[in-house]
Amino acid sequence: MAELIERESGPFAYVIGLEVHAQIVSSSKLFSGASAAFGAAANTQVSAVDAGMPGMLPVINMACIEQAVRTGLALGGTINRRSVFERKNYFYPDLPQGYQISQYQQPIVTGGHLVIELEDGASRPIGIERLHVEQDAGKSLHDRDPVHSLVDLNRSGIGLMEIVSLPELASPDEAVRYVRTLRSILRYAGTCDGNMQEGSLRVDANVSMRRPGDKLGTRCEIKNLNSMKFLQRAIEFEGHRQATILDEGGTVRQETRLFDVNANETRSMRSKEDAEDYRYFPDPDLLPLDLDEAWIAGIAASMPELPDSRKQRFMSDHGLSSYDAGVLVAERDNADFFEEVARGRDSKVAANWVMTEFFGRLNKDGIGVADSPVSADALGGLIDLVVDDTISGRIAKDVFAEMFVTGRDAAAIVEERGLRQVTDTTRIEALVDGVLAAHPERVDEYRAGKTKLLGFFMGEVMKASRGRANPQAVNRTLRLRLGQEGGTR
Amino acid sequence: MTALTDLTIAGARDLLAAGHVSAADLARAHLAAMERHRDLNAFITETPERALQLADASDRRRRAGDAGRLEGIPVAIKDLFCTKDVPTTAASRILDGFTPFYESTVTAAMLRQGAVMLGKTNLDEFAMGSSNLTSWYGPAINPWRAPGDGKTRVPGGSSGGSASAVAARMAMAATGTDTGGSIRQPAAFTGTVGLKPTYGRCSRLGIVAFASSLDQAGPLTRTVRDAAIMLGAMAGHDPLDSTSADVPLDDLEDALEAGVEGMTIGVPEEYRVEGMPAVIDDLWQRGIAWLEDAGATVREVSLPHTRFALPAYYIIAPAEASSNLARYDGVRFGLRCEGDDLVSMYERTRAEGFGAEVKRRILIGTYVLSEGYFDAYYLKAQKVRTRIADDFREAWTSVDALLTPTTPSAAFAADSPPDDPVSMYLNDVFTVPASLAGLPGISVPAGLDGDGLPLGLQVIARPFDEARLLRVARTIEEAAGFDTAPRGLT
Repeated sequence: MAELIERESGPFAYVIGLEVHAQIVSSSKLFSGASAAFGAAANTQVSAVDAGMPGMLPVINMACIEQAVRTGLALGGTINRRSVFERKNYFYPDLPQGYQISQYQQPIVTGGHLVIELEDGASRPIGIERLHVEQDAGKSLHDRDPVHSLVDLNRSGIGLMEIVSLPELASPDEAVRYVRTLRSILRYAGTCDGNMQEGSLRVDANVSMRRPGDKLGTRCEIKNLNSMKFLQRAIEFEGHRQATILDEGGTVRQETRLFDVNANETRSMRSKEDAEDYRYFPDPDLLPLDLDEAWIAGIAASMPELPDSRKQRFMSDHGLSSYDAGVLVAERDNADFFEEVARGRDSKVAANWVMTEFFGRLNKDGIGVADSPVSADALGGLIDLVVDDTISGRIAKDVFAEMFVTGRDAAAIVEERGLRQVTDTTRIEALVDGVLAAHPERVDEYRAGKTKLLGFFMGEVMKASRGRANPQAVNRTLRLRLGQEGGTR
Repeated sequence: MTALTDLTIAGARDLLAAGHVSAADLARAHLAAMERHRDLNAFITETPERALQLADASDRRRRAGDAGRLEGIPVAIKDLFCTKDVPTTAASRILDGFTPFYESTVTAAMLRQGAVMLGKTNLDEFAMGSSNLTSWYGPAINPWRAPGDGKTRVPGGSSGGSASAVAARMAMAATGTDTGGSIRQPAAFTGTVGLKPTYGRCSRLGIVAFASSLDQAGPLTRTVRDAAIMLGAMAGHDPLDSTSADVPLDDLEDALEAGVEGMTIGVPEEYRVEGMPAVIDDLWQRGIAWLEDAGATVREVSLPHTRFALPAYYIIAPAEASSNLARYDGVRFGLRCEGDDLVSMYERTRAEGFGAEVKRRILIGTYVLSEGYFDAYYLKAQKVRTRIADDFREAWTSVDALLTPTTPSAAFAADSPPDDPVSMYLNDVFTVPASLAGLPGISVPAGLDGDGLPLGLQVIARPFDEARLLRVARTIEEAAGFDTAPRGLT
C-alpha cells in the first residue's frame, strides 16, 4: 500500500520502478555452448566465445529465447516478432568482449503486467514496460589476492532476462511484493530459479519522491540489490534521504547509487553527467531475431498453470481461503505437494496439515519440499489414520515427528509402537471408572457444580491410556458417568 | 618443364594426380622461394616444418586414394586467420605472443581438403590499410617494380603479404580478407587475381574481426581457375557464424569456360571519377572491347549513390572496428603494459599495442557511435548503405555483371605513399560500394600502366552469383593474356 513519508513541509510519496535481472534456466549460455551451471570451479565453464578470443562469434541459443518468450507470455506481454541484439560498449576486466550483447531499441517482449497482493488482501496490477535478453558479465574477485583482482568467467555469457516495471510501485513493501510475485511466476514458468543468494535474481531500484499527486520527481537508481531485505531497506533509506532533501528545499541529483548493507545506506556511485556512453549499435555478428508465429503459439500452448490461476482454482475447487491458497501457491513445489496430499482427501484437513505441521517442520530445518524426508504420499497416509480414527490428532503429531526423522511410513510406526487409538467402550469405561475411583473428592466437587473439573478428569484418563484413548469417547463416557449418580443439581 | 613455383593449382593438381610431382616437392620448392624472397617481407610467420609434415601427410593420403580439392597445394594464410598452435598477429603488436588454440573455419576446411600451409602472411594492422605500411612487422613489398625508377612499391592492402607471396611465386595461392577492397586492391597492385565472395559465402569464425558486417574471406591466385578452385575449398555454410549463408555453391570450375555470349555487362557511369588517369580509363575501355568481342552486350548503368559509398564506409567500418577491437585490453591474451591501476593498464596497453591507423579508426568509430552523433553519422551511413544496395539491385534488372577498374592507380612507391589518410582511403573508391552491398567482386590483372606496373579490372556480380562472376573474369583473363611474372624480380 502506498506509504507516505511525513516531513515538516508535508508528506512525500514514493514512486518506484524496478529492473529485475533474472538468470535464464538453460543448460548452456546465451551465445555459446558452454555450461551455465552454478558453482563450478572458477573459469572451467568458459568457451572461446565467452572469453572474447579473437575471431570468435556469438550464436543465439534458441533455448534461452524460448525461455524469454515463455516468461513474456506468463507476464501477459507482447512477443515481438522481430527483436535486435545490440552491443553495449564499456571496458571492464570481467567483460571479455569489451561489450555486452543486449537488446536496446527492439526488445523481445513489450508490455505486460503482474498482480501484487497488498497487506490488506486487496490486489493491484503493476505494469511491465519491457523484457529483454542479454548476456551476463563474468565476476571480478577483489578480495582473493593481496595485489591482484581475479576474474571468473564462468558467468560470462550466461543468459539474463531484464524485466523492467513501470514506475507504479508506491512503497518499499510493494516493491518487495512485486519481486516476490515475479519470482514466483518465473519459478512456475521454469524460466529462472529465482535464487537470490546465487545471484540468479538481482534487482536495480529506481526511486523518486514527490508530493502525492504531483508529477514525477528526479530519480536515483540503486544498483544490484540481491535480497528482499536489502531491497526493502535500500528503498526505505533512499526515500527518506530524498524526502529530507526535498523537505529542506533542495533538489535530488539524478545518479546511480549503491546500497551499503553494513552501513544500511545508499551511496553515490556516479552522477548522470558521469554516466558512461555505451555507444549501443546493432551487433553486426548477429542477424535480427525473427520469431515464427507458430513457434510462439507452440510455447503458449505448453505454458504451465501460473500462480494466479492456481490460487483461484485452490479457492474454488478446494474451498481454501484466499490467504491459505496464496501461501500454498507461492512456491510451485509447495502447491504440487499440497495437491498430491489433497488428492482423494478432505482439502481443508490436507491444507491444515501441509501448512502447519509440514511447513512448520520444513522451516525449522530450513529445507524445501524437494528435500523433505516425508513424501506427499506418506503425509497422506498419516492423515488417513487420523481421519479413520486409528490414531488421535495428538498422537499423529508425534508420529509425524518420527516420520520426519526416520522417513518411515506412518502405519508402520503406529503398529510398532502400539499407538492405535483405544475406541473400545468397555476399555474406556474401565479407564474412566478407575480415574473416578481414585479421586472421589473431585467427583463430589464436580457433582457439586465445579464442572470445569471435566478437563482434569480428561487429562487423567488420557494419561492412564498413554494418550491413546479416543478423546471424544472419553469425554462422552466421563459426562455419562459423572452425571449418572445424581450429579445434577 | 616449368619451375614448380610457376605452377598454377590446376596445373599442379594434374601433375600430382599423375604422380609426376609430390606435395613434398611442391612444399620444398615454395619454401625455398620464401627464403629467396624474404626481403619482400611477405610472411610474418613461416612454418616450414609444419609445411613439410602437412605435405608428407598429403602424399600419404594421395597414395591411399584419398585426395581432397587442395591436396598437396602449398598455400599462404593471411595472418588474420586464427591457426591452431601457430601464432596469429593481425600484424599488430597488441597480439604479441598470442597463439590460438583453435583453427578458423576457412583454414580448417582448406586443411581438410589437403592444403599445405607455408606460413602466415603480412597485412596492414588489423586489416586496416591499403598499402601494408601499417603492419607492426614492417611493410610487405610488391615484387613488381617500375623498370624506370626501380623504386620499392607497396603490394596494396590489407592482404598485401598474400598478394606479394602469390605474385612472387612463394605460394601457389593465398587467403585474404576483404572489408572494403583488401583482396581486390592488392591483387590489382601485384598482377594477381583477387576474389571477394558474396558476404556470407565464407565463414568469419576464427578470422580476427575488423568490421563484421563487411569482412569476407577470399582467395588470391594467379589465375581465375585457381580462384574458383580455392573458393570451392574455402566456402560453405557455418552454423557457428550467424551471418554465414546457407546457399549452395555450384561447381565453379565447370562453368568457367562458358564465356559471356549473350550476357549484358554494365559500366557504371559514376565510376568515371574526376581526375581518373587516362591509363585507367584506357584499360577500362579495353576491357569493354574484350567483353563485346566475346559476345557480351555492354551498356552504361547508373549507380547514383556511388559517391556516398566511401564516406559511409569510413563511418560503418570504424564504428564496428571500435567495438570489435575493445577485446584487446591486456587482460586475457596478447600484449599487456602494466600500469598503476586498471585504467592506466588499459591506456598503456592500447597506446603501445595499436598503431596510428588503428587508433585513428577506433577514435572515428567511437565518435560516430557516441550519444548525440549516432544519428548524424552511423544511422545516416546505414541509410546510405541501403541506398547503395538498392542501386545495385536496380542495376541487376538490366545487367548480369558490372565492369569497373579495380583501383584508380597502380601501386605507389613505398617511400611516397599518399600523404594524408583521405587520399589513402581513395584507393578503395571502386571496391567499397560492392563491399557495402555484400556483392561478390573480383580483380583480374589486365594490363600495365605507363611505368610497367600491373593494373586490374574489377567484375561485380549479383549476390551468390560467383559462377557468372568467374565466367566474366575468365573471359577478361583470356583476352588480356597478362603475364603474371613480376618484372624485375629475380
